[in-house]
Formats: sequence, C-alpha cells, structure tokens
Amino acid sequence: MLFRGARLIDPASNHRDRTDVLVEDEEVGGVGPGLSSARAEVIDCDGLVLAPGLVDLHAHLREPGFEHKETVESGSRAAAAGGFTAVCAMPNTDPVADNAAVVIEVRNLADKAGLCDVHPAGAITRGLQGETLTDIAEMAEHGVRLFTDDHNCVQSSRVMRLALEYAKAFEVVIAQHAQDASLSEGWQMHEGYYSSLLGLTGAPGEAESIVVARDLALARLTAGRLHVTHVSAADSVRLLRDGRERGIRVSADVTPHHLALTDGDLIGYDTSLRVNPPLRTSEDRDALRAALADGTLDAVATDHAPHAPEEKEQEFDQSPPGTIGLETALAVVLTELVGPGLIELPAAIERLSLGPARILGLDDQGGPVAPGRPANLVVFDPSTEWTVGDRPFQSQARNSAFTGRRLRGCVLHTMLRGRFTVKEGQPTR
Amino acid sequence: MIKHLLSIDQLDREAIVRILDTAESFREVGTRVIKKVPALRGRTVVNLFYENSTRTRISFEIAAKRLSADVINFATAGSSVAKGESLKDTALTLQAMGADAIVIRHSSSGAPLTLSRWVTASVLNAGDGTHEHPTQALLDLFTIREHFASFEGLRVAVVGDVRHSRVARSLTLGVARVGGQVTLVGPPTLIPPEAPAWGAEVSYDLDAVLPKADVCYMLRVQRERQRQQFFPSIREYSRLWGLSRARVDALPDGALIMHPGPMNRGVEIASDVADLPRSVITDQVTNGIAVRMSLLYLMLGGARVANHVLAADAEGAPGE
Repeated sequence: MLFRGARLIDPASNHRDRTDVLVEDEEVGGVGPGLSSARAEVIDCDGLVLAPGLVDLHAHLREPGFEHKETVESGSRAAAAGGFTAVCAMPNTDPVADNAAVVIEVRNLADKAGLCDVHPAGAITRGLQGETLTDIAEMAEHGVRLFTDDHNCVQSSRVMRLALEYAKAFEVVIAQHAQDASLSEGWQMHEGYYSSLLGLTGAPGEAESIVVARDLALARLTAGRLHVTHVSAADSVRLLRDGRERGIRVSADVTPHHLALTDGDLIGYDTSLRVNPPLRTSEDRDALRAALADGTLDAVATDHAPHAPEEKEQEFDQSPPGTIGLETALAVVLTELVGPGLIELPAAIERLSLGPARILGLDDQGGPVAPGRPANLVVFDPSTEWTVGDRPFQSQARNSAFTGRRLRGCVLHTMLRGRFTVKEGQPTR
Repeated sequence: MIKHLLSIDQLDREAIVRILDTAESFREVGTRVIKKVPALRGRTVVNLFYENSTRTRISFEIAAKRLSADVINFATAGSSVAKGESLKDTALTLQAMGADAIVIRHSSSGAPLTLSRWVTASVLNAGDGTHEHPTQALLDLFTIREHFASFEGLRVAVVGDVRHSRVARSLTLGVARVGGQVTLVGPPTLIPPEAPAWGAEVSYDLDAVLPKADVCYMLRVQRERQRQQFFPSIREYSRLWGLSRARVDALPDGALIMHPGPMNRGVEIASDVADLPRSVITDQVTNGIAVRMSLLYLMLGGARVANHVLAADAEGAPGE
C-alpha cells in the first residue's frame, strides 16, 4: 500500500510535509518523497493529511450489560470511522470491569471485531462503590493501564490516596472524573445564568475544581500518577497548570464538546447536550481551548457515551447524560480549534494521538510513522464540509451533541496494523 | 398569536396587553347566570397533569368549558403513564386522538417545550419544574392592572423561595416586559446570584423593601427547603421574610398583597394578613379563569370562527 503525496503530520518525528508513505504487511515500509513499489496499491492522497491513528482515552463501549446502547463491535466501528486505532473502554459495564475476567471478555470482543484496539480501563474500587480497592495488580498483568471509577468520582480522600499510592508499583495511571458529590447533588447542568433561567438544578465548576485541588495534593503526597479526565472548568485548568509547575505527576484530557459548546446551548432543553460534566460558560470553554493549545491539557478524549433513542427522548432531567463523540472528535477539533487558528494542526494531532498514547503507555500507537513501526494510520480530508447526522452513524446510538452542525474535516481511511478498518469513508467489516 | 405558550418570554408587551384586554371581556362571562360562550365548540382541550394541582387544573378546566370546548382530564396516576409510557408516546397518543390544545403541568423543567416538538396541538405550559408558570404571571398582571392605571414604574416585591419558584421566574420577566420593576427578596440561599440578569433587583432585607412596594407578592415556601438546609428553621424564616401584620403597616397605602397559592398560613404569610381587604389572593383565582379563557381563545383561533357569536352575545367582546 502506497499513500502518495499526503501531508504527513507526525508529532513523534516532527514531520509536517508532503511525502509518500509505504505500508508493507503490518508495518510502515518507508517514508519519503518519490517512493515506489511494484506490488503496492497506490492511493492518491493529494490534498489529504496522513497522521498516526487517533487514540481515545475515554469511551463507553457499554458491553457487557448495556448492549442496547452500544456493543464493543459497534463502538469499535464508530471509532474506526472517526480515525481511531485505539480506545480506552470505561469500566462502568454490567458486570463492572473490576476484575480480570471482564477485562479479558472486553478484549476478546474487541479482537473478534478487529476494527480498533480496545484497552479496557479497570475500576479503582469494587463495583465503582468508592470503598474497596480492586485487584489492580491482576488487571495490570492483563494489560490494564488506566484505572478509573469514572462518573462515580472517588469521594473518599483516603481511598484516593491509597489508590494513587498502591498503583505506583505497577506503573499504571489513576484517572478521576472530578466531581464533589454533595456540591453537585441532583445536578442537571452547569450552575450559572442559564441554569437560573431554565429552572434546572446546577452544579458549579467548583464541584470539579475542589476535587482537582484535592487530588493534586494527594498526588503530591503519594508521588502517584494522576490523570484528570474530561476537565470542564477554568479553575481546574488553573490548578492543573500550577500542579505541573510544581512537578506533580498529573495529566489531563478534555472532550470535543467541552471545547466547542457552552451552557447557553442548552436553551432548548436538548437532551443530547446533557453531558457529565456539564457544558460550562464561554469563559470555561476559552480556558480549555487555551490549555489544550499550551499543553496543560495533554489529550482530547471523546467521552463517547451512547444511549438508546428512547432513553434520550425524555424530559431533560430524566434523560441520562452523555453524547456520542468518536465519529465527530477530529472534525470538531479541526473546525472549532484548528480552523480559527487557536491551535496548530500538528499540535491538534498530537493531542489526539501521541498525547493519549503516552498516557496509556502504548508504544505501538501515536507514531512515529517510520519504517518498522506498526502501520496504525489515519488519512483525512481537512477541507470537506459535512453536516452531522446527514449520514447514519456507525455507532449504534445517535445521541450526538453536534447533530445538525456543519463540520469541516472528513476521515477517508483508517488503518490498523496495515489493514484498512475504514476505506473511502466506509468501514471494511 | 403564538402557537404554544411555553414561557412568558415569548410575549412582547403588545401581546400581553392583548391577552389581558381579551381576558377583560371574558371575565364578564363569569358573572352571567349562564357562564358559557360557544367560542371553542367542537375543539378538544386535554389537561395533562404529571404533577398534582388543584387550582390550576380546575381553572383551565372551567376556562375551556366556559368556551364550550370538550375537556379531557388526564391525570398520570392510574394512567398509561403509571404503566411506564413515555412523555413522547403519551404525546403521540393524544395527538392521534385529535387534541387541539394540551395543557401540561410537569415536574421536569422544559417538558412543555419538549412536548411541543412532538405534537401539532397547541401546548400551554401550566407550570414546569422550577422553570416557568406563564399563565400565573399573566393572571397576576391582570389582577395588578385592576388596581393600577399603568405598569410603568410599578414596584413589585417578590418574596421567598425564588430559586425554586416557577412563579417568580415568569412574574419577574412579565413585570419587566410591561415596564415595572421587580425586587426579589429572601434569604441569599434561595435567590440565584444570577437573578439581576433577569432584570430584577435583589434584597435580603424585607423591611427595607416594603415601604417602596406597590405589590407585595409572597411565594410559597416548602417545608422541604428547611430540611435541605436552605434556611435554618421555619421560625427564623418566618421572622425575617414572613409577611406579618406589623410588616403590612409598612406598605404604602393602596399596595396589594398577592400569593399564588396554596398558602402556608403562619409561615410566609400571617393568617389575618391573607384575609385583609388589600389582599387580592382570591381575585387572582377568579381572574385565572378569564386569563386562561383568553389564551385558549386566542391560541386556538377561536377569534376567527366565533367572534361574531361572542359579539352578538355580549357587550365589549374581544375583537381581532
């Protein structure tokens, strides 16, 4: 396979020019202008961007237990369609991924689908109850790199301290959805002008930043490795920046929807905009954008959260929070951040591939795109415009916060270890 | 006229005046021996109440019946909703049965707006969660107008649990729309810090506000809020923000006392205060019927088909 004349954006090798990329079997065979190969199929990539396959730190694939929302297979297909070659699957399944058996099952389902590498995250505590640590070592032996109770933020400072401390032995990362339970009780959206107008119960940004501050203190105390997932509040960004400057081992991600949308968008009570954490103010959004550009935030993570139509087509406060995101993440970043010049394309690609791959400790993902390396690649057209929802989603769900919006940038090919998972915009299986 | 009434914010000043003027003529219908006009004969109005309500449901029912509409009361207890039917399926069912208007009361903010996306019938918000109660605001404006020549510069103090009150939201926006000035009064825990952005002033000191108020509007305070620690005790609340007999004396002559009901006598309002001549709480109830008749009539296009009937029937009938 020869990708001819693509603009190669490869953060790991700092490559950003037009070139050819040859793929032989599972690996990159060569990178450079004027490559040729007698037996290779040639794909004309004039005007297209070639990059390392995207990596998502935060996706809910729902299986086992919630197959009416999504399966590992349909979620993998959505991931591939969005240009992803690896995703980290959240543990809030039924049964919860708090033991090796569930981790193995998810991995097997993903292998069978063969569309995307799926790295199951393990729960920090049994049943996501916030009380008893899981068998972290056993799951780590089965390849789990990231542990989180996700939307069940670990409330107990003692449990969080012990998790950060214990995890040090296995070089795994403890990821927190920072949310103080008592300060966000009954929340439906961000607390502010719009919640007051819409009569919806709000959770202030401080419900997040209070926990970020605490967890940074615990990471410092334990020298443990903390990851803060889907940061949403400006004050959290300030704390993270300060924590990094003080040498605390912390990384963080942000979702495309928090980078693009605000609480003002909820004026029509659209349940697909009900997300957790909630969309916040334009000041928060601008702080997140700046933090992604300056590297305070390491990664864009989708928080892909599929739900069945009948679950979302309800009264606002009765619908479960979440938006799907795998198929729109790249285009949202290109449209909302790269287009207006808030972040350069190579930096944006870094936050979507190499950055998250490093956090997960994945050596085979995120580049460099170089001879001998696994051919995990994405090719996209940065200029094609499309309207979200006009063509069917590959995800089983359709609860997208971006439905009806015009986005720029379209994935054409996704390649996993030298094999197309998406070709000409269509999943290959 | 608007298709749906979801928020008072949809109405400009002219629309509000038109609704109140039309209600004026319908109020007269309520004083007749035969309290009925044929304006909405053959039209179907469904009262879809997901939350208990006595006065609002009965008021809408009487209003629709006085306009000769067929009224169906759909209370969710014991219905398909109790069997787990979704709002969407209930909406589609009512739609299929040919409802012309759906009056909805729901505990979820935004439910009427969501409903309006699924049906072709007109949707009237009869109170949604802690969002809005636009017909209450309109009947309050109607009641105020009976006593004051103009809304311009009118000073309305709204006292109590503003944070959880759909009445306060609609009334504040409505009064501001017609040129009045609202001051929201209560404990800081029960007044959203963003309230000034609604166009209201905020005070925590009821005694400082009363001498300058043309209308003192008391909100119902649920005892649950004390359990949730929004204020330490009913006693303390009542002492600081309750309308006692002594506080009434601080009001200017001619100032009105209002309450949307149901009242907690002895909590936000002293029992003898509620029964003073300047208290217009029962007038609010009476006027509610006329205002809801006006809305149903204007929104269901009754003006087109039945104007002549009403005009022949009564002096000062609403005109188009």
